[in-house]
Amino acid sequence: MSTTVLEGKNIVRDYHIGGGLFSGPRTVHAVKGVSFTVDKGKTLAIVGESGCGKSTLARIITLIDPATAGELFIDGNKVDIARGGLTREMRRKVQIVFQNPYGSLNPRQKIGDVLGEPLLINTDKSAAERRDLAMKMLKKVGLGHEHYNRYPHMFSGGQRQRIAIARALMLNPSLLVLDEPVSALDLSVQAQVLNLLADLQDEFQLTYVFISHDLSVVRYIADDVMVMYFGEAVEYGSRDEVFSDPKHSYTKTLFAATPRADVASIKARLAKKAA
Amino acid sequence: MSLLEIKNLTVSFDTAAGPFMAVQGIDLSIEPREVLAIVGESGSGKSVSMLAVMGLLPNTATVKADRMAFDGVDLLKLSPSERRKIVGKDISMIFQEPIASLNPCFTVGFQIEEVLRFHMGMDRAQRRARAIELLKLVGIPEPEDRLSSFPHQMSGGQCQRVMIAIAIACNPKLLIADEPTTALDVTIQKQILDLLVSLQAKYGMGLIMITHNMGVVAETADRVIVQYKGRKMEEADVLSLFESPKSNYTRALLSALPENAVGDRLPTVSDMLFEPAPPAGNNAAAGAAS
Repeated sequence: MSTTVLEGKNIVRDYHIGGGLFSGPRTVHAVKGVSFTVDKGKTLAIVGESGCGKSTLARIITLIDPATAGELFIDGNKVDIARGGLTREMRRKVQIVFQNPYGSLNPRQKIGDVLGEPLLINTDKSAAERRDLAMKMLKKVGLGHEHYNRYPHMFSGGQRQRIAIARALMLNPSLLVLDEPVSALDLSVQAQVLNLLADLQDEFQLTYVFISHDLSVVRYIADDVMVMYFGEAVEYGSRDEVFSDPKHSYTKTLFAATPRADVASIKARLAKKAA
Repeated sequence: MSLLEIKNLTVSFDTAAGPFMAVQGIDLSIEPREVLAIVGESGSGKSVSMLAVMGLLPNTATVKADRMAFDGVDLLKLSPSERRKIVGKDISMIFQEPIASLNPCFTVGFQIEEVLRFHMGMDRAQRRARAIELLKLVGIPEPEDRLSSFPHQMSGGQCQRVMIAIAIACNPKLLIADEPTTALDVTIQKQILDLLVSLQAKYGMGLIMITHNMGVVAETADRVIVQYKGRKMEEADVLSLFESPKSNYTRALLSALPENAVGDRLPTVSDMLFEPAPPAGNNAAAGAAS
């Protein structure tokens, strides 16, 4: 039987922008009442263009920002960081991987310290235990023990993204939010990182919220897909439903805009050009 | 006659650890009215070879070539000041980060008119009229008002349109687009690609698209060059490249596309290249064997 790890009901997030010298205060409705559920071991992909509220939603799910209204359940428990605050246990359950592996690692911190820090802050483990766990995690994400004492600049983009994923997994989370984890990477490296994510999901029964604007990646990795447009979920359903029969006009635009790399569409284009 | 002809181009950078060969013997030619795509991952030398054509590489770079001719003019023999008369006028380039490539301190209008003043010697009224015409051409609404906007007041897609307007201001014969859509959303990407291809057809320019996105290649190119670690792996017209790729590396790249995934796992490039890349100097051999 599947258990629901993450559930959002009518999540709303408004940002109040204070008035400046020449403009009055106003309110930006970044997320306008979005609902979703994700089962254990499944992947929900959130798709949309920049400014559609997908990263805001990611911040709410990761418990970085509180929602203005609506209810968020993680592992069946209601979470409200605006009122209840945040416990170590809740912090442990949800982790995030950011888009840019060049920006999300501290250049002055060794990889061992990067991986050990979540444990240092959130658990009472000793230094030796932290070191042990970090070494194990390095192996899991396809790096070696020799990388423990290196600095981020000594790694390639793909390796750095592996480190970011390893850091997120240190606390054994049940839910991992991936905010465009492969869009800064080359095609060949992208494939490796996607494979790694799939392997880790199988091994730890992880639940993913995968944010992306690349539909071909989404089609590969997602179980459910939510398409967001100006803060609203305009389409939400299983991957096959959304891809085979998009209902909303924005989803259709999105599909039409995605470049296709198959022989048939190249032939069609060349024929059109010759005509 | 080819528009641009490059034979045996090598570019090396002086580093603390000795010279680093970024481009190792690339041959390339593009005909007028042709769309050529150069594909490769980061570090494959695709941008560097084009920057060498533009003469925009830093002092630490050494450029050598048997021949590098644009429209019959040997670029290697030109003095820097003669070269500047060609670059920006007959060859122009647009870059990946539209917001970073515009100067934040000047209005969009000033930056378009600057090219026209330098290369075309137009007077103020002519420049303004041409700038408005250009903005209209690249699809920016209310061009008269937009001339006095600063880059930060425009979106990324609009900034890229302004970059295109600057690039085509002097009716170039060759336009080099270095990852023009990587920083943009999918829907905007489509608009920019359509714009580039329609302008290319309208003015009969040669267009070189540098990209790592196979989808962009499939949607725009006539002919494709695949580069890996500074060497050319394959050159083919777009259809035969996708239908029957010759080199292992191209095959690996195509199969790493998520839409081509077979089963649960994506084949990666390292799965397909049977041996790990040997050390520098010979590092393309594994990919070239086919």
